[in-house]
This record gives sequence, C-alpha cells and structure tokens, in this order.
Amino acid sequence: MTTLSAKGARRQPPGALRRAVSRNLTAYGFLSGALICFAFFSWIPMVREFILSFQKTNFVNSTEWVGLENFRTVLDDPAFISAWVNTAIFTLLALVFGYIVPFVFAVVLNELRHAQGYLRLIVYLPVMLPPAVAVLLFKWFYDPGAGLFNQALGVVGIPPLSWLDSTTTALPSLVIVSTWMNLGTGTLIYLAALQSIPSELYEAAELDGAGLFKRVWHITIPQTRLILLVMLLLQIVATMQVFIEPFLLTGGGPENATVTVAYLMYQYAFSFGNFGGGGALGLMLMLVLIVFSAFYLRVSRDRT
Amino acid sequence: MSQSTVQRPVRAVKDTPPPPKHTRRRRKTKERPQQFRGLVSPHTLTTRRGKIVYWTVLTFVITGFTLAFVFPLYWMVTGAMKSPDELVAVPPTFFPKELNFSVYAEAWELLDLGTFLKNTLIYAAGAWFFTLTFDVAAAYALSKLRPVFGKVVLALVLSTLMIPPMVILLPAYLSVVELPIFGWNLLNTPWAIWLPAAANGFFIFLLKRFFDSIPRELLEAAQIDGASPMRILWSVVLPVSRPILGVVSILAVVNVWKDFVWPLLVLPDSEKMSISVGISSLSAQMPQNVLIAALVIASIPAILVFLVFQRSIMAGLTAGSLKG
Repeated sequence: MTTLSAKGARRQPPGALRRAVSRNLTAYGFLSGALICFAFFSWIPMVREFILSFQKTNFVNSTEWVGLENFRTVLDDPAFISAWVNTAIFTLLALVFGYIVPFVFAVVLNELRHAQGYLRLIVYLPVMLPPAVAVLLFKWFYDPGAGLFNQALGVVGIPPLSWLDSTTTALPSLVIVSTWMNLGTGTLIYLAALQSIPSELYEAAELDGAGLFKRVWHITIPQTRLILLVMLLLQIVATMQVFIEPFLLTGGGPENATVTVAYLMYQYAFSFGNFGGGGALGLMLMLVLIVFSAFYLRVSRDRT
Repeated sequence: MSQSTVQRPVRAVKDTPPPPKHTRRRRKTKERPQQFRGLVSPHTLTTRRGKIVYWTVLTFVITGFTLAFVFPLYWMVTGAMKSPDELVAVPPTFFPKELNFSVYAEAWELLDLGTFLKNTLIYAAGAWFFTLTFDVAAAYALSKLRPVFGKVVLALVLSTLMIPPMVILLPAYLSVVELPIFGWNLLNTPWAIWLPAAANGFFIFLLKRFFDSIPRELLEAAQIDGASPMRILWSVVLPVSRPILGVVSILAVVNVWKDFVWPLLVLPDSEKMSISVGISSLSAQMPQNVLIAALVIASIPAILVFLVFQRSIMAGLTAGSLKG
C-alpha cells in the first residue's frame, strides 16, 4: 500500500499523493452512511446466522455454544418435515398459477388494441395493496359461512368448501391469495418483454404458414426465454420465503397443513423462545435459496 | 394506444441520463410505433371472422379481469357498509341496504387508525430520506470518486442481493435488539425501520449504473471550475438523475408501506405499529364490518399513490426485473 503510493508519487507531479488521499477520504465519507447500515443489518447478520445456529440464545442467560443441538432439535420436530413439504408444494403450486397465468395474460393483453391501459392498471392494483390488507380481505372471502367464495359457489350450485379449515384445501387457499396479489408484477414485466419482439419475426412465421400456437411456441417463448428464466428464479426465491399468508390466515394449521419454513422459523424464535432453533432453520433456508439467487444474479448479469 | 409505456421508462433509466430534454424528445418521436403487431396479423383483424373473435375475446378479458381484480375491492368497500346481519345473509346483497358511512369513522376510532397511519407515514418518510441520502452518496462515490477497494465494497454490497431478507430475519432482529458495538436497543424506535431500509443493494446498483452513464466531461468541467465533490453531486449529478431518483424514491416508500414481517418484529409496541401490523394485530377483536372498513382505509393511500405515480411505479417494476 505505502510502496504503491510512493511509486505513484514519484511519477506524478507534487501534491498528487495528497490529492489521492483526500479523494479517498471523501469517497469513504460518502460511503460511510450506507456502509454502516449494511454492516449492521446485512453483513453482520449474514455471519451471525451461522453463529446463531450453533448457540443457545435466550435473552436471560449468557449465550453458550451447543454444537449441533439446535439442528437436532429442529430435525426431531415433526413440523420440520411438514414445513419443508408445505413450502415445496406451495412453491410448486404458486409456480403453476403464478408463473404461467401472468405469461398467458401478457400474451393476450399484447394482442388487444382496446382497453389495454385499463387492464394493465387493474391487474396491478392488488400488487399495490399492502399484503396484510389483501390477506385479511381474503380471510373474509374464505369464511365458510357467509364468505364470498362459498356464496359464489352456491350460485353455480357447487357445495361449499371449507377452505382454510380443511387440511386438503388450506394450502391451495394460501396459494390463491398469494397469486392474486402478485400476479400483476409478472404480467407487466412479460408485457414489456413481448413488446420488444420485432414484428418481422411474426410476419415471416405467418408467411411460412405457422398457426397461432406455433407462433407462440417458436417465436414468443424463445424470444422471451431469458426473462422467463429470470422470473422463474425470482419467483422461486420469493415464494419459498412465504410467511404472511400462513401467519395471518391459518397460524400453520390445521394440523400443520400450512406450516412453512419461514413461519416455523418465526415460531421457534418468538413463540418457543428458541433463537438457536430458528437460526438453524434460517441457515438451512439460506443455503437452499442462495443457490437459486446466485443463479439468478448470473443469468440477469448476462442479460445486460 | 401507447404500446410501449411500460418499456420506455426503463430505457430512459438505463441509457439516457443527461438532459431530461433528450428523453422528452425521444418520447415525442417514438410516440406512435409505425405499425404495431403481435401474434395476430393486422390483416386477420379486418376479416369478419377475425373481428368477431377479437371482440369476443376483448369482452371476455375485460369482464374476467374486472371480476378478478376490481370486484373484490368493490365487495370490500360495500361490505364495510353492511350491518353484521346483512354481512352473513344468504344470498348476499349486491348493494348494501343503506349507505352507512359511519362505519368508517367507527373503524378510525376503534382501531386508532390515525396513529397507525401517522406512524407508517413517519417510517416511510424517514426510510425515503435515509435511503436517498446514503444510497445516492454511496453510488456516487463508487461510480465517480472510485476509491481504493471500491470494487470490493461494490461486490460486498451486491452480495447482499443474494441473501433474501427472510433468511437473515433473526440475526437482523438481534442487531436491532442490541446494536453491535454501540449496544443500543432500537426496538420500538423509527431507526429500526429507517436504517435497515437504507441498506439496499439494489438501489445502489440502480443508481450506480445510472451515474456510470453520465459523461465524464460534465463532471470534469465542474471540477476545473473548482467545485468540490459534494458540490458536483448536488449541482451536476443530481439534476440530471431525476428519472432514477424518482424510481428509487417510489420503490423505497412502497417497500416500507407494504412491509409486514420486519415492522411486526421490531415495533411490538401497539403505539408504534405500522398500519398493516396494527390492523392485523387487532383484527381478531373487531366486528367484521369494522375490520373491513379498516382494510378499506388502509388501502386508500396505496391506491392513491399508485394512480398518481403509475408511470414511475411501472418503470421501477421493469427496472427491477433487469437487475444485473
């Protein structure tokens, strides 16, 4: 470091060293605010996640190292398997709806020459609602007696469902809310991507006699495949962190049917007072998600 | 029909930093694409069969979308005004029997929505202020002042994008309970929202990418005139960066407004709660119609912000998808 600046100083006109030092000082002055925030709320927590999961932390006694005990506790918990299975099912179902539906919406919207502004506006409206509001609204819709959904089923002549109260329908019900409030984002992003497809491609395909579905399959999808991949990864990472839906709608029930990993982590820390167990769960989730998000960062960097 | 409204702001964000004039000019010339076409050729749409199919699909889509996305909100606004008896009536009434607006006043009183809204406003405003101050300064330093180890710092900042917030929730909470080194307890203080909000790698990334594209000459001219780095940031960089500042501002405010888990943990005191957490913590004790009225009130600010800043919000959305 010192030799470097000495070398630089020899070649540069006098005062260059002083200027370089002052430039660096200014730069780190500008950086300091953000760096302090990152240190306290991102970097230290990232490291501490590892430490936490090997310690016993309750705010009364001093913390002690307990080795793998936290992991053992968590693994022995019958809710552990349920949480991972539920999170996986939730993510899969959310992909089936939340990933494919917005793409179909975008393809259809892109063909419309009327009312597009209105449709784009309303599809994004639920995204703007605070998630807690959307979830509580749906809690009322799911009410087995007078809820909107059972009333609507009644009109069509279908017997009422028990939605959140049955082990079979509870998790899909959470997926419905989650899809409803997030679908607008995907739709608008795909729509933007679709509009950058050159029309010549479609014209050429049409001259070759390709039908509508062939055009979607051979032009629309290949032309948007990068953004499709990016969104797939983004959505996996986002949905695997699902918390607010089970927290506000079911509390993990009935019979652990809607416990998710993030929710179990919260329970360990704040209901059971076991931060170590929560930390162990957080660490496991982190290791899984980091794979997807690293891949995502790689893909999206290639894009630009 | 403005086909490229969603897409264009991104371009403005991505590669047209300097004069805002430039953006405007481009907008004017590109306002109408010569002839837009998608999957279906314009020719097909002029045939009789094509027209019938098109109008059928259009009607179907408009009805379907309205039912799916507007009707729930209509049901919420009117549901609040129904009496508890009317709410459980089978079949439901489509219009409330009487327009009982007093339920909104009741919800405001019972749930103390004024306090919650005021709190949320303070959290959002402070988060906006700290995010802009810290992240703009940091991005400027990384982009234009280029200190030693700047690359390392940038890599560390971007590495936080790989860690989803939920997985470091507990250790981050511990930082709030006892701030490392200082040992302060930030629970129930606005700092617990403001400071973590400013640690946003994505904003720094967006801002830095924008600053990178500001031509050097512009800054060098100011430097020769003897302007300090602070002065250059304030009078040269910021004025040309208005589009990206708009996007970051909106995202920062919306993030805080929508966040649930974090305020749930760090603001447990009911006097300090944000609107989302406040309403959900009281939801079990409220009569159904009062709760619904509270939900309506909580949605109004978000929807207003959306209607006013629609363009910036959608620009931020596509900027978000192009991370990297």
